[in-house]
Amino acid sequence: MSALDAVDLARIQFALNISFHILFPTISIGLAWILLFFRLRFTATTNRLWEYAYYFWVKVFALTFALGVVSGVTMSFQFGTNWPGFIERAGNIAGPLLGYEVLTAFFLESTFLGIMLFGKEKVSNRVHLFSSAMVVLGTTLSAFWILSLNSWMQTPQGYEIIDGVFHPVSWWDIVFNPSFPYRLAHMLNASLLTSAFLVAGISAWRILRKVDGPATLSVLKTGVVMAAVLSPVQVFIGDLHGLNTLKHQPAKIAAIEGIWHTEKGAPLTLFGFPDEGEKTTHFAIEIPKGASLILTHDPDGEVLGLNEFEGRHPPVAFVFWSFRVMVGTGFLMIAVSWIAAWSLSRKKKASGLVLTALSMMTFAGWVATLSGWYVTEVGRQPWLITGQMRVSEAAAPHSSATLAGTLLGYGLLYGFLLVAYVGTIRYMATKPAASLKLANIYSKSASDSLSPERS
Amino acid sequence: MGDLLPLVFMGVIGFALLVYVVLDGYDLGIGILLPFASDDEKDTMIASIGPFWDANETWLVLGVGVLLIGFPSAYAMVLTALYIPVTVMLFGLILRGVSFDFRVKANVKHKRLWNGLFAVGSFLAATAQGWMLGRYITGLTPGLMSTGFAFLISLTMPALYVVLGAGWLLIKCEGALFDKAADWGRKAMPVMGLALLAVSVSTPIVSAAIAQRWFTLPNIIGLAPIPVTTIIAFFSVYWVLVRTEILHAGYAWLVMAGTVVTCLMAALGLAYSLYPFVVLNRLTIWESAAATKSLMFVFWGILLVVPAIAAYTVFVYSVFRGKATGLSYGQNE
Repeated sequence: MSALDAVDLARIQFALNISFHILFPTISIGLAWILLFFRLRFTATTNRLWEYAYYFWVKVFALTFALGVVSGVTMSFQFGTNWPGFIERAGNIAGPLLGYEVLTAFFLESTFLGIMLFGKEKVSNRVHLFSSAMVVLGTTLSAFWILSLNSWMQTPQGYEIIDGVFHPVSWWDIVFNPSFPYRLAHMLNASLLTSAFLVAGISAWRILRKVDGPATLSVLKTGVVMAAVLSPVQVFIGDLHGLNTLKHQPAKIAAIEGIWHTEKGAPLTLFGFPDEGEKTTHFAIEIPKGASLILTHDPDGEVLGLNEFEGRHPPVAFVFWSFRVMVGTGFLMIAVSWIAAWSLSRKKKASGLVLTALSMMTFAGWVATLSGWYVTEVGRQPWLITGQMRVSEAAAPHSSATLAGTLLGYGLLYGFLLVAYVGTIRYMATKPAASLKLANIYSKSASDSLSPERS
Repeated sequence: MGDLLPLVFMGVIGFALLVYVVLDGYDLGIGILLPFASDDEKDTMIASIGPFWDANETWLVLGVGVLLIGFPSAYAMVLTALYIPVTVMLFGLILRGVSFDFRVKANVKHKRLWNGLFAVGSFLAATAQGWMLGRYITGLTPGLMSTGFAFLISLTMPALYVVLGAGWLLIKCEGALFDKAADWGRKAMPVMGLALLAVSVSTPIVSAAIAQRWFTLPNIIGLAPIPVTTIIAFFSVYWVLVRTEILHAGYAWLVMAGTVVTCLMAALGLAYSLYPFVVLNRLTIWESAAATKSLMFVFWGILLVVPAIAAYTVFVYSVFRGKATGLSYGQNE
C-alpha cells in the first residue's frame, strides 16, 4: 500500500508541476504571435496606436515568459528525479526529442527575447521585427518537439525493444507518430485562443474601469475576431483528434464517453455520474445512438466499451468530467466571442454586458486547456507509453515523506506565484492606458485645426 | 565513430556546464550581492543582466539535456540521488527568475519583497549547485566525509559566483557602483581562495581514486600546469582588484577573464579526475551511453545548431555592449 502511495504522490507532484508550467507557454506562444501582429501593423500603417498596444502587452508577455521558463527548467530535471525508469528505458527516444527542443527552440527564443524586450531603441525596426519573429519561431518549435514526444508516448511507433530498452528504428515515424499532427494543431490553436481571450478580457476590463485609451478598443477587437474565428476551428480539430484517439487509444474514448460495455448504436451521454464500482453511469442524460453517430458516423456502429480493457483503462469519472469541462468551456467561448463580434460590428462601442462577459472569460483558455490536457494525460493511464510501459514501472524509489514534503513546497510556491501573476496583471491593467496620450494629441490637434487663427 | 561519440557527448556536457557556471554564475553572483546595494544601484545591477539571464540559464538545460540524451542511466542515477538539492536549486531558480519581472511590474509597494526573493533565490541556487557538485565529485557516496565535502563546495560556489558577478559589474557599470563592485570582489576573493584550497586538499583525501591519478610520478609533473595556471590567475585577479588605478585604466575586464580561467582550470582538473567515469567508480562513459543511432541523430543537430547559437549569442552581446543603462521596452512606453 505504501509503495502505491509513493507512486501516487510522484504522479500528483508531476501533474502539479506540468499543470502549473503549461499555463504560461499556453499564453506566451499565442501572445508572441499577437505581439508580432501589433508590430507588423505599426510597420505597415505607422499608426502609433499599435505601438501602445505592443508596449502594454509585451510586459505581460515578459512576465508570462519568465514564469514559463523557470517552471520549464523544473520539468527537465523532474524526468530524472521522479521518473528514472522512463529515461532508463525510453531515453534513446525521449532524449533526442527533448534535446532538439533545447537546441532549436530554447536558445532561439531566450536569446532573441533580450533584443525583443530591451533592444527596441538599440536596433533598427527590421532587426527588431526579425528578433520578435525568432521568438515566435522558438516558442512554436518548442511546442512542436515537446508535443511530438508527448504524442509518441500516447501513440508510439518507429521503435524496437532490445532487452527491455526502446531503440529508434525510424526517426521520421517517431517524430510524426499518428496522434502528433492532431495534438500539435489542437494545442497551438488552444494557445492562440487562450491569448485571444486574455487580451480581449483584460481590454474589456480596462474599458469597464474607464482606464482605457484608443489602443484598448483595437486590442479588444483583435482578440474578439481571433476568438470568433478560432473557437469553431478548435471544435473541428478536436473532432478529428477524437477520431484519431478512437483508432489508437479506444480505452480513452470509452472513458470519455462513459461507455461501459461494447455495443452497437451506443448512446451519447451528455451528463451523469460515472460509477466505476457499479460499472454504470447514474442519472445519465443520453442521446440515443449519439456516440455511435459521432464516433463511427453510423447510428448503429459498434463502439468498444471499458469491459474490453479490464485493468488497462483510465479512471473513468475524472476523464469523463474533464472532457465535459473542456467542451463546455469551448462552446461558451464560441457563444461569447460570436455575440461580442456581432455586437462590436453593429455598434461603435461594446455594450456593458458584452464587456462584462468578456472580462469574466479572461482566463477561460486556462480552464479549457488544463481540462483538455487532463483528458489526454489521465486518459493515457495506466500507461506511460501506451501498451508498453506503465507509470508505476518508472517511478523513483523516494519515500512518501520526501515526496509529500517537496509536494507541499511546490504547492505553496506555485500558489503564491499564481496569485502574484494574476494580481500583477490586474495591477498593470488598472493603470490608465498609455495610449490616452495619443487621445490627447488627437483632441489637441483637432482643436488646433478648428481654430487656425490662434496659431 | 561509435566509440568516440560518447566522448564527444561528454565533452558537450562539460562545455555546456562550464559555460553555464560562468554565465549564470555572474547573474547569480549579482543576485547574491543585491542586498548590499542601494535602490538605484539594484536597478542598474539588474539592468546589466536583464537581456542575458534567460539565455544564460538555458546552458544548464542544455547540459542536463545532453546528459539525458547521451547517458540516460547516469542522468537517472544522478538526479534521483540528488532529489532534494535539485528541488532546492529549482526553488531558487524559480524565485530568482520570476523576481526579475515581478520587481518592476508588480505593485511598487512589493518591490522590496521581490528584491529580497531575488537575492534569496540566487543564494539558494548557488548553494544547492555547490552541494550537487560536491556530491557528484565523491561519486554520490554516503558518509560523513563526503557530506562534509559537499558542504564545503556549497560554500565555495556562492563565493565564486560573487567574484564573477563583481567582475561583470566592473565591465558594465560606472561610478560608485564600480568602486563597490571592486570592493565586493576584494572581499569575496579570500573566501573563494580558501575554499578552492580546501577543496583541492580534501578531494584526494575523500577520494583515493582521485589521489592516485594526481599524486604519482610522472602524472604530477604533467598535470602541474593546471594548479600553476589557477594560482597565477587567482593572484592576478586579486592584484588587479587591489590596484584600483589599473581597474580605472580600463583593465577591469581582467577580473572576469582571470576568474573564467580559474573556472576553466577547475573544469579540466575535474574532467581528468573523473575520466572514464560519468559517475565516479559506478558508471563509465561507455557503460551508460545511449544507443548509437540516438547519439548520431542528435550529433548532426549539435553540429548544425551550436555554431548558430554561438553566432546569435555574440550578436546579442554586441547589441547590448558597453555600460548598462536602465532597461526600457522602448521610448514611448
